[in-house]
Amino acid sequence: MMRQLFGFRGGVKPDSHKNESTRLPVAKAPLPPLLTVPLRQNAGASPRVTVKAGDHVLKGQMIAAPEDGLSVALHAPTSGHVRAIEARAIAHPSGLTGTCVIIEPDGAERWVELEPLDAGQASPEQLRRRLRESGLVGMGGAAFPSYVKAAGTGIATLIINGAECEPWITCDDMLMRTRGEDIAGGAILLRELLGARKVLIGIEDNKPEAIAAMRAAAASAGSGLEVVAVPTRYPAGGEKQLIRALTGIEVPYGKLPSHFGVQCFNVGTAAAAHRAVSRGEPLISRLVTLTGNVAEPRNHEVAIGTPVNELIALARPKADTDRYLMGGPMMGFALPDLAVPVAKATNCIIAASPALFPAPAPEMPCIRCGACAQACPAELAPYELYWFARSQNLGKCQEYHLFDCIECGCCAFVCPSRIRLVDYYRYAKSAIRAREKDKLAADHARERYEFRLAREEREKQEKAAKLAAKAAETKAKLAQAPASGESAPAGEGDAKKALIEAAMAKAREQAAPALNTDVQKMTAEQQAQVAAAEARHAAAATAATAETAAVAKDA
Amino acid sequence: MLNSPYITKPASVSAVMFKVLAALLPGIAAYVWFFGAGILLQIALASVTALAAEAAVLAMRGKPVALFLKDGSALVTAWLIALTFPSIAPWWLTVLGVLVAIVVAKHLYGGLGQNPFNPAMVAFCVMIVAYPQLMSQWPAAGFTDFAAEFQAIFGADRHLDAIVMATPLDALRTVLRLPETVATVEGVLGSNATFGNIGGRGWEWVALGYLAGGLWLIQQGVISWRVPTAFLAMLGLVSGLFAFVDAAQYAGPSFHLFTGGAMLGAFFIATDPVSGATTARGQLIFAAGIALLTWIIRTFGAYPDGIAFATLLMNICVPLIDMGTQRPVFGRKKGGTTDTRQP
Repeated sequence: MMRQLFGFRGGVKPDSHKNESTRLPVAKAPLPPLLTVPLRQNAGASPRVTVKAGDHVLKGQMIAAPEDGLSVALHAPTSGHVRAIEARAIAHPSGLTGTCVIIEPDGAERWVELEPLDAGQASPEQLRRRLRESGLVGMGGAAFPSYVKAAGTGIATLIINGAECEPWITCDDMLMRTRGEDIAGGAILLRELLGARKVLIGIEDNKPEAIAAMRAAAASAGSGLEVVAVPTRYPAGGEKQLIRALTGIEVPYGKLPSHFGVQCFNVGTAAAAHRAVSRGEPLISRLVTLTGNVAEPRNHEVAIGTPVNELIALARPKADTDRYLMGGPMMGFALPDLAVPVAKATNCIIAASPALFPAPAPEMPCIRCGACAQACPAELAPYELYWFARSQNLGKCQEYHLFDCIECGCCAFVCPSRIRLVDYYRYAKSAIRAREKDKLAADHARERYEFRLAREEREKQEKAAKLAAKAAETKAKLAQAPASGESAPAGEGDAKKALIEAAMAKAREQAAPALNTDVQKMTAEQQAQVAAAEARHAAAATAATAETAAVAKDA
Repeated sequence: MLNSPYITKPASVSAVMFKVLAALLPGIAAYVWFFGAGILLQIALASVTALAAEAAVLAMRGKPVALFLKDGSALVTAWLIALTFPSIAPWWLTVLGVLVAIVVAKHLYGGLGQNPFNPAMVAFCVMIVAYPQLMSQWPAAGFTDFAAEFQAIFGADRHLDAIVMATPLDALRTVLRLPETVATVEGVLGSNATFGNIGGRGWEWVALGYLAGGLWLIQQGVISWRVPTAFLAMLGLVSGLFAFVDAAQYAGPSFHLFTGGAMLGAFFIATDPVSGATTARGQLIFAAGIALLTWIIRTFGAYPDGIAFATLLMNICVPLIDMGTQRPVFGRKKGGTTDTRQP
């Protein structure tokens, strides 16, 4: 019986180039001399480092604990010594740096004591905590913390994404062929956590071996996991496209699949979730495809933190390789620095040569042929967006739903004028974000200014009221003193002394709250500066009080 | 550093344009068979003029000449002008027409991709307004004397009496509009000897050639099926409706579809991507609008064929049509899936 498929509009069929890297079985990549484990490997907040340079760590030992909020733990990919915790280049198109834990493997591969959980016995909270403490994130690319996604309510359908639509990449394919039972186990675990009724495992039909392996694994898991072959058409593996193809549901921009009763996990995430629970193994390695212009294209099981340059050497790049792409050719990026480490969401490294990825032909003017609109899976009008982005008409860009663009690259792929359309959309998006940020900042500044004016006005009035009250009080006291029969000059002196003392106390009081600022966040140097400033203020206040005293004496 | 995507489909503007030129060949072959090789002279003349004008303007505008000459768009304009002008028109008429198209209608508006009007149709309209007589002298079918055609095109002294014959559309219009006329469509077009079986002797075969080339363009994905379908359907519908009401006064769909520039218009003129509508619904509206205006101009207007004016009039409406016919974006369709989480 065939499940009814709904498909999606648009999409393209680039040469898949999947066969190259699936001929050889998965190999285990040797450990590099140094592992560079980036702290920030998940969407949300980076975890907090719990080790220090010099510490010895065991394989699978937590080296950073989840922060409050959206955050997952991080673990040592092998046993060894922490050599440093410092900023290093991380995988990013702009060559950004981020804090990394540098670990020198000791070669012993000694595991920390693992604590398997019985999925049947453990509570949902326990299981979700396990996912969080095992460092589980979406391995399809978004790196969103899985424990958050595994907590949806009202989820009817769980989708396990094994589509892998990008050309060249085969790590999910090989994972499905070799670890079908882990994926099936993860799917069942996630289904129980979500309370989903249906589990659909979507795989593009150009992976018959993976489909067969998953069917077998689903059958032996024996509890209603359905493997669905979807037509091979990029971007069938895009979350929204796969959901549409399998369920007919269109998740619009700004909404989550869970809002529509669907939740979607990558096959790698499902397998890792299963291992995290049933064996207690945290996420410390993953499959990475090494392919392209190399002598030995293949998938490797790679320890997180392995530098890319150590890794690509295993595939023996050919001489005319001129750059390396991380991810696929449709949505990946050229690595500006090869020392960057493999992260939890790294799926593929492609050696690029001018022959495999020729330099683009010169851009011609848009002839409005509409090929881009036909290819757009978001059903936008890319040629109109291009026109608006080019003419800086950002308002029109938004009106034509620029932010619904998923940057899949289909439009640029088909454009006969060779226009690098996605670059225009990236530019327009960042221009709009910058404009909105500026506007927000201006709004904040205005609010702050208005608030300050109001506060100053209020303080002025309060001060005036206080002074008036005090003057009245003093007058009353002075009027009382002669009546008491004591010597008038002496009494007057006492009253003045009391006033001076009161003023000095008040000045000290006012100086004190300044110390209550957020001291914790300051460095020692900043704290010293603040202390100095406080001292100056105090001195000034004392001087002012002295002056007041002098004035009072004169009076 | 270059950004993704790093791969592209092997497609180019030149490939698109040269496919359009190739698709014109069957129609041109029929043209040569029935009306002589004079049309080839016109095509050559128009091509050379177009390339020269294109190169000159590109150089003046400081654009890369070789890159843009290779795109083939000037050649498409040139061929359409040659095919819509009378094949025995004097050489300077063709040259002037091409100059109007390339220099004024295309480059003064910003060149490739920027022109709001179809350049070939601008040339046709300017020329038929400026030289109505010369633009109405068409060769008779079966007249294939190349020397006489050469003389007509390049000779200083044109003797056209033996060559020229009114086109079916012209004949129909002239005769049917005579005051106190008793003529009928049947009476004018009745004899197969002059006007063939469907749309005029010879012309119906040229139209079939365009149809064949056009269908190939659809199969190749160069043009969408929507434009020709909407064009031909609307022309057939409106002519059929009026012929049904009064067959003596109004020619039927088979005549309208296979005469004049109907097939050329449906597959090669209304499908110009630059000046046409781009949305799916917009293309239907745009093409149907051209067909309707064409029929109106043919039937009630002062010019023998209305495709050129109809095209320009609909070109004006393109921004409005495109704006009003944007398709709903993924996830934003009416009656689409709803947020089940919402209360």
